[in-house]
Amino acid sequence: MYDVQVVRKDFPILERQVHGRPLVYLDSAATSQKPQAVIDALADYYSRYNANVHRGIHTLAEEATAAYEDARRRVADFIGAASPRSVVFTRNTTEAINLVAYAWGRRTLRPGDEVVLTVMEHHSNLVPWQLMAQDTGAALRSVDITEDGCLDLEAFHKLLGPRTRLVALTHMSNVLGTVNPVVAMARAAHSYGALVLVDGAQSVPHLPVRVQELACDFLAFSGHKMLGPTGIGALYAREELLEAMEPFMGGGEMIREVQLERSTWNEVPWRFEAGTPNIADAIAWVAALDYLEALGMAPVRAHELEITAYALSRLQEVPGITIYGPRAAEDRGGVVAFNLKEVHPHDVGTALDQYGIAVRAGHHCAQPLHRRLGIGSTARASFYVYTTAQEIDALVAALHQTQEFFTRVAGRAGRPL
Amino acid sequence: MSLDALDALYKEVILDHYQNPRNNDSLESPSVATEGYNPVCGDQITLQLKMADGLIESVGLQGKGCAISQASASMMTEAIKGKTLEEAEATARRFRDFMTKGNDQPDSLGDLEVLEGVRMFPVRIKCATLGWNTLQEAIKEYRAGLRGGRLVIKEDENT
Repeated sequence: MYDVQVVRKDFPILERQVHGRPLVYLDSAATSQKPQAVIDALADYYSRYNANVHRGIHTLAEEATAAYEDARRRVADFIGAASPRSVVFTRNTTEAINLVAYAWGRRTLRPGDEVVLTVMEHHSNLVPWQLMAQDTGAALRSVDITEDGCLDLEAFHKLLGPRTRLVALTHMSNVLGTVNPVVAMARAAHSYGALVLVDGAQSVPHLPVRVQELACDFLAFSGHKMLGPTGIGALYAREELLEAMEPFMGGGEMIREVQLERSTWNEVPWRFEAGTPNIADAIAWVAALDYLEALGMAPVRAHELEITAYALSRLQEVPGITIYGPRAAEDRGGVVAFNLKEVHPHDVGTALDQYGIAVRAGHHCAQPLHRRLGIGSTARASFYVYTTAQEIDALVAALHQTQEFFTRVAGRAGRPL
Repeated sequence: MSLDALDALYKEVILDHYQNPRNNDSLESPSVATEGYNPVCGDQITLQLKMADGLIESVGLQGKGCAISQASASMMTEAIKGKTLEEAEATARRFRDFMTKGNDQPDSLGDLEVLEGVRMFPVRIKCATLGWNTLQEAIKEYRAGLRGGRLVIKEDENT
């Protein structure tokens, strides 16, 4: 296990004060903070070898191209992909899923085909399939959750059938924290000849993820949730699937030969990277991968398990709290969504901010899940490599005080909560 | 320091309105019924107005959301009851100016001024104006001869 205090020194933003108190950043599921090495890598690229890739014959272009393609190889290695050709750079997870929906779904799905989703999906793994269903006449099926916040696997198996073309599911819920049994689900989907897309936005940053073991056909994830910059993400896809797919967007870079009226496409993965890509952020993402690999993804997971277990047990001390998702830390990643009985999550968020504590409040881009839970919104604390037990203590203390504050003020109004 | 800011935002009166919203009724035959919804945070209200002799005779309010959105809407129902549409609109305009520009206006907003603390929390101003924007929409619909509609708050609108 690594020393969290040593890790924290690598993140300059953690020195910040908010409202006169040390920042307690518990919103890593939205975006993670960045170590100095990532910030330096961006500055280094722009100050030493900024150039466009794949075109120039000058030294800077050569260096930039080498670094950009090296980033692709590093991302492939990080998820255990056999070849860098199976990694397409995108802006983020959302774009990666849209790429599959448009380049694969639109040409493959037919009326009567079915796409199986789950009720715990982020909007980014729902809306692209809704759009595709409208365009193609395919039908969407949704797997419900059980009372403990896990997927209803029995219902899932019943939904599968010869019409199932794709199962698109999250590896880890961004609200409940549930880690889904993707391996078994992928095996079941494949037995019907369906493909499997895994939304890895929350899992790739936090768990050791190897695509060969997951046996998924597509994996989408973002750099910014794993210590890297915003604006860069990736789609992993089995190479033969990419080969068979038509382009997503048209433009420079993705073509081989262009006539006035028709064109031929570049090889994969460049076929799917129209226009000048996000060179700087792809390169700086490597510094984030270096950082995570130096810590080791197994220790990263072990640290978050410890913090999550501690948070689950301490948060239960807060009167009137409801915690959503599986009870056992082992069944979940480092996010804990909760509600206080009489204080709306947005008011919780505003109050915690006064204590320097950053949490997210809202539906976390998972409205169907909140509707399923019978609530409009939740407050969510989420953790990462730099989160300490002291920060959980600060959260719990501030929640006690928030609860007490609202009770006291409402009590003074003569109408106790 | 922290608690001072919270004290300024969540005044007793505000939490009272949040816990016990005024005119929290469903009117039988409203002249107009408009829903206001902020998709970013999920705050939602339904505002009903019943007109008689050119006045807002009764107001019905139902909603769910944060303390600021619900309290501000509740206080609004008290402020507009018995007023003409023009008077209600003028108050809505003054309230929006109060939220965005400050309290340097000739006309007092009376009880509504307890919401002054919201101005220290720019991300929460939209919560305070949800009811008022819904009111303006409802008046617009009523004048157009409609029985109601739905206002979805846009992300790029500050108020």
